[in-house]
Amino acid sequence: MELTVESVVFLILSAITLGGGLLVVTTRNLFHAGLYLMLSLLGVAGLFVLLAAPFLAGVQVVVYIGAIAILIILAVMLTPSVTQMPAIFNRNWALNLALAVLFFVLLVSVISPALDDLGVDNWSANFTEDSPAAVPADSIVQLGKDLVDPDQYMLPFEVASVLLMAAMIGAVLLVAPGKAGDEGGDE
Amino acid sequence: MTGLLKDIGLSHDLAVLIAKTIGVFVVGGFGLLWTLLGIWLERKWAGRFQDRIGPNRVGPFGLIQTVADTIKILLKEDIMKQGIDRWVFNLAPILSVVAVILIWAVVPFSPAWIGTDLNIGVLYLLAVGAFGTIAVIMAGWGSNNKFALLAAFRAVAQLVSYEVPMVLALLVPVLLSGSMSTQEIVRQQHIWYVFAVPLTVLIFLISSQAETGRGPFDLLEAESELVSGFHIEYSGIKFGMFYVAEFLHAFTAGVLTAILFLGGWRGPFAEDVPVLGFLYLMIKGLFVYWVLVWVRMTLPRVRIDHLLDFNWKFLVPVGLINLLVVALVWKLIPGTDQINSTADALVPTLVLLLVNVAMILVIGALLAERGRRERARIQARVAGTDLPAEALASAAD
Amino acid sequence: MDLNQWIFIGLFFALGWTLPALPIVLGKLLAPRRPNPTKLQAYECGVEMVGSAWTQFRAQYYIFALVFVIFDVELVFLFPWALAYNQLGLFALFEMAVFIFLLVVALVYTWRKGALRWA
Repeated sequence: MELTVESVVFLILSAITLGGGLLVVTTRNLFHAGLYLMLSLLGVAGLFVLLAAPFLAGVQVVVYIGAIAILIILAVMLTPSVTQMPAIFNRNWALNLALAVLFFVLLVSVISPALDDLGVDNWSANFTEDSPAAVPADSIVQLGKDLVDPDQYMLPFEVASVLLMAAMIGAVLLVAPGKAGDEGGDE
Repeated sequence: MTGLLKDIGLSHDLAVLIAKTIGVFVVGGFGLLWTLLGIWLERKWAGRFQDRIGPNRVGPFGLIQTVADTIKILLKEDIMKQGIDRWVFNLAPILSVVAVILIWAVVPFSPAWIGTDLNIGVLYLLAVGAFGTIAVIMAGWGSNNKFALLAAFRAVAQLVSYEVPMVLALLVPVLLSGSMSTQEIVRQQHIWYVFAVPLTVLIFLISSQAETGRGPFDLLEAESELVSGFHIEYSGIKFGMFYVAEFLHAFTAGVLTAILFLGGWRGPFAEDVPVLGFLYLMIKGLFVYWVLVWVRMTLPRVRIDHLLDFNWKFLVPVGLINLLVVALVWKLIPGTDQINSTADALVPTLVLLLVNVAMILVIGALLAERGRRERARIQARVAGTDLPAEALASAAD
Repeated sequence: MDLNQWIFIGLFFALGWTLPALPIVLGKLLAPRRPNPTKLQAYECGVEMVGSAWTQFRAQYYIFALVFVIFDVELVFLFPWALAYNQLGLFALFEMAVFIFLLVVALVYTWRKGALRWA
């Protein structure tokens, strides 16, 4: 099996992602779990870079690490026992394990034919040789064009805005439920 | 560099790797060593602003003062109080410095000198900024100190809030240049963007001042009223690292402003002599940094609720309107999609300048009106009592 | 896309932390270490610490983080738009104005509800 630079980097990044993920669910300290989650997300960002999608890598770090993971850490501080989470084992763990394995098999069976179509036959394939041809250099500009193109993603784009608005209003209602009406904003 | 290593007989990949490794240490080391000089400079300036001399004892003009301080802080006991979260506690100061020196990877020093010219450079700047926020939370948590943790939360609220207007300001040079690469943004500035979009520069400067946690937004480490901040339990060189990170971040904000709005390395003969480009960038960066120090030395510290109000109820709306107005004007001027020379840039710059001045005047008028109303409200209350106006003003908050 | 660009960033991530770690290790070697029980207590204004800091905290800062997440996602959409702006028509600006307007509505709602107050 030939080791290219890409495959070594891929292995390291996968190890970071999976290891981080594993630590998230095994640690008893919720704050540490938050930090491991960031590590895992950083690994995913690295994988995006490897897939020649640097914009997504940037978004991954800015949104997931910079915003969502920080929000999760703040949320964690609201729980009474941050450092000593009791060991919670789902009673149906055998069923869950079976489902997880089934899902994994399903994913592999769906993805492998797709990889064959791309001509990627094993994990040590040279990513950079094959895929960048399919990724145009100005893919981010293309993304910007497609987002506002009425024939492409204009509607989903505007719907996303509505979704964000609903999320924000919902968040306000959840966080400040008692405050509704008794404060006139900023005078 | 790579060629030289290849001549010794190394393979191409290895040569590239070694060259880049050296590059990492050169860029990062430059940032850290610059701190030694920069802190001296800032203290001299601070002295002048406060009508004193500043450091003048150690070495000529006190130049070696920072070196002496560094040695002193290295020799200070590093107190690791009981009950800390050791790993988190020790990683936090390292991460806070790394978050800043990572920015220097995309700083274009001259047309040829740049760590790496990422095509998502501006987004990268934001991404590494996130690590600074994480470092703050880690320091606050790792200390196992209630004040540190509270300060960390306050700092997070401040850092994430001010990121919004900062991004809104960053989008303007991206929009004008049609590129996210820092190098390309500099190349596109046939006329410095500061002349076209002064309002954006103001928004960017205010939000970077808050992002770096410097006065009047230095609630991150208010020594007197908030018992320092998230780094209260740190001593010795670990505290020093937070200090280095803060200083370097503030200076980096100056350099970034120079890159995004003041033409970066642009200047006479910069294209031919790389050293000149580097000099121009540093001079421009230092100038912006000097302005930021001036602001820091002049304005008193704001309160946390004022700080957040100012962001969400003023800076963010202004940033959004500014972005849309600049975009609209940019589209209405013909020929802005092809700007290849100073002559091409002249008319759009003038039009944008006029629009910006108009916006600044309108915003100023609105603020003045608001101030007048607020004063009238307080005076009306004073009329009914014997209290001095100041007492009511603070009670009204 | 040139992956070579990213090797530098990768190396920065891998090696950059040694730069600040170096002085810390140096300090470890040079600095004295004479702990005593009082010195190792938490500095909470000289008052003895009650319990641990790792406990439940109030959520006053939470709403700002929430609003920030929403805005962050919105701003990420703005980047490709701003990048492609020179190649887009006036219609694209109108679309973005609608997009931003909806967010502003949400911001105004939050504001009016008083949720943006540091209470």
